[in-house]
Amino acid sequence: MAELITLESLLAPAAPAGGCTASACGSSQAPSGMAPDVWERVKDHPCYAEEAHHYFARMHVAVAPACNIQCNYCNRKYDCANESRPGVVSEKLTPDQAVRKVVAVANAVPQLSVLGVAGPGDAVYDWRHTRETFERVQTAIPDLRLCLSTNGLALPDHVDAIAAMGVDHVTITINFIDPEIGARIHPWIFFDHQRHTGVEAARILHERQMLGLEMLVARGILAKVNSVMIPGVNDEHLVEVNRVVTQKGAFLHNIMPLLSDPAHGTAFGLSGQRGPTPAELKALQDRLEGGANLMRHCRQCRADAVGLLGEDRGQEFNLDHLPDEAAYDPAQRAAYRELVAETRGEHAAHRDAARDNLAAVEAPPVLVAVATRGGGRINEHFGHAKEFQIYEVSPAGIRFVGHRRVEQYCQGGWGEDATLDGVLATLQGVACVLVAKIGDCPRESLASAGIEATQGHAYDWIESGIAAWYGARYSQPVRLTA
Amino acid sequence: MAYKIIVSQCTACGACEFECPNAAISTKRGNYVINASLCTECEGHFPAAQCAAVCPVPDTCVRA
Repeated sequence: MAELITLESLLAPAAPAGGCTASACGSSQAPSGMAPDVWERVKDHPCYAEEAHHYFARMHVAVAPACNIQCNYCNRKYDCANESRPGVVSEKLTPDQAVRKVVAVANAVPQLSVLGVAGPGDAVYDWRHTRETFERVQTAIPDLRLCLSTNGLALPDHVDAIAAMGVDHVTITINFIDPEIGARIHPWIFFDHQRHTGVEAARILHERQMLGLEMLVARGILAKVNSVMIPGVNDEHLVEVNRVVTQKGAFLHNIMPLLSDPAHGTAFGLSGQRGPTPAELKALQDRLEGGANLMRHCRQCRADAVGLLGEDRGQEFNLDHLPDEAAYDPAQRAAYRELVAETRGEHAAHRDAARDNLAAVEAPPVLVAVATRGGGRINEHFGHAKEFQIYEVSPAGIRFVGHRRVEQYCQGGWGEDATLDGVLATLQGVACVLVAKIGDCPRESLASAGIEATQGHAYDWIESGIAAWYGARYSQPVRLTA
Repeated sequence: MAYKIIVSQCTACGACEFECPNAAISTKRGNYVINASLCTECEGHFPAAQCAAVCPVPDTCVRA
């Protein structure tokens, strides 16, 4: 039920409305309330800054296939073009091949800002390959940011080399603090020339992870912690993980849902261990607000993903498609960066204005879905969307809460009813879908499911469009049918 | 006395090559193989054969 807005509330200065939310707090320069120096280092890293993922693209190269631990959510068979999840690639690369691929991508994708080594395998255990790749890429494209992802076991051995190379961002996957819990997730590790199993293995892994995290923080390297949320195993325990890693100086905590399709052939998949529902994941993330910054825009991408988060152009850059020799041309990336610098200032101003407008609205928090192809705007057609970005809007601000993947509805002019049903199910709980365009038929189906769809804010900035919709929906004396 | 790699199960991650104290493991046309004349089963180096201890696939680095 809509509440009417009172004259007093319009005249009165905006009351501090229930604390601040992640994306509505702090200066426009550092939208998530980060320290300015940290923001300066993450503002073009799509994985580390939510705001950056609208503008910048990452690529992963699978150059480090060797690993030193076994995880129950991982299957070491990694050759599938159709799966999209961490650890999966279609081709492993030598450092030489990787450099050719990076140069080809940098020439074709001006949004590229980050190169990561994130498996399969462990980028730090297989350090020879990671190091050679990074050194050669640094020579070819000096301004590309380098980052890597590790289980942490070998991290203390290489932290100094990592720091010396200028790697600025490191992600450690930390699923537990209590070794009893760890033993249910990691059946064995290879350390100090021996295979260790059970609680002893988990204890060693834990000690090395904590040491590695402390060493990163001591050297000023930004450390992000990834945790896989496994219901009934470590879901409650992740509160403790969050507390400990925040205290040790991790600046971002990314809680990812366990992916355990039996077809993936992982131990968890085969044992019937389920992953969390989106609601369970969000509930846990909401409980942890206030600790390290929580990351909610992770797409759990493939280890050879290329492009903006949520898109994967990896297949366009298979080895077969690469030229033997490619020279890097910095012009495109430079031009794109200039464009982003300009539009970002404008985006920030609009975001602030949207926040100010919201403070005057009296309404309950609601979820809205946005179809976007990047750039921070509502600029994707409903039928073309492969995912929707979900925002929570309330008088306190607009907060990004995650994304939901859907099957693309439109198949060149016509839509599948079955697909639309799937999209409807995915959008459950959402009050409104903001799109660049939508046909009458899907709009009516959405309406009969109680979801409004509007193209009235097409090509607006996301926050401006949401705020305008919310204000119009709740501040006018419209009579609503129940 | 030597180990061998069951090629059909091997994921070619290369961890064994990295750990082998005898440099007995190398790639031949994309497959990792153990040179039996160099393999000592890690005797004198480590308590257990390193390739088998690090290999992620069960029963893939085995006694020949």
